[in-house]
Amino acid sequence: MSSAATRRVRLLYFAWVREKIGCPEESVELPATVATVADLVAWLKDRGPQYGDAFARPQVVRAALDRVHVKPSAPLGAAQEIAFFPPVTGG
Amino acid sequence: MSVRVQTEDFDVAAETEKLLGGRTDVGAIVTFTGRVRGSDEGREIAALTLEHYPDMTEAEMARIEAEAQARWSLQASLVVHRVGELRAGDNIVLVITAAAHREAAFEAAGFLMDYLKTRAPFWKKETTSAGESGWVDAREQDDTAAKRWS
Repeated sequence: MSSAATRRVRLLYFAWVREKIGCPEESVELPATVATVADLVAWLKDRGPQYGDAFARPQVVRAALDRVHVKPSAPLGAAQEIAFFPPVTGG
Repeated sequence: MSVRVQTEDFDVAAETEKLLGGRTDVGAIVTFTGRVRGSDEGREIAALTLEHYPDMTEAEMARIEAEAQARWSLQASLVVHRVGELRAGDNIVLVITAAAHREAAFEAAGFLMDYLKTRAPFWKKETTSAGESGWVDAREQDDTAAKRWS
């Protein structure tokens, strides 16, 4: 059940962020106080040691909101899918 | 003008022919193929496993390609990136750019590779010949290379 003050989002994790957290994705209820990507990282770190491990150096974890790269200061807005991953190494 | 993510290998000549076959207005074609190196900083690499963010990857590659189209006068372009487990010597990525003159084709190919390396959501995990595996760190020089276009 969602109250008016929370909303459900899908979180995706890739590469070593996924391995440290221990799952590729999950659905969570975010409190209204979580307004930005950085807020979400801080909120996740309180959920368990595996999140603390994944976000031990938050500056090296990148984020995408609804599949678009964003900075930690970005507001979550109405994003439904929030992904966290290491700096990319394609090519 | 297209982008693709696939597990299977690609054939550079066949992809070039498919992209440009029959056209007579193209004066310059640049093709770049990235391959799995058998060694990296003294370690012998047996395999690379490429993970990606499926729903975002092609969208991001298309944005990168659209930006190249906006910056240079290209007649055609193609980006193919492989995912899954690759062995030393295997192809990873193909970029083809075609233009009337070579400058645009060379520059656009360099831009596409620099942006792929810093924006497209792929991650590499390497397995050494000794059986150790670990995620490949992003390289600062790739960020520096990408900044020359901004």
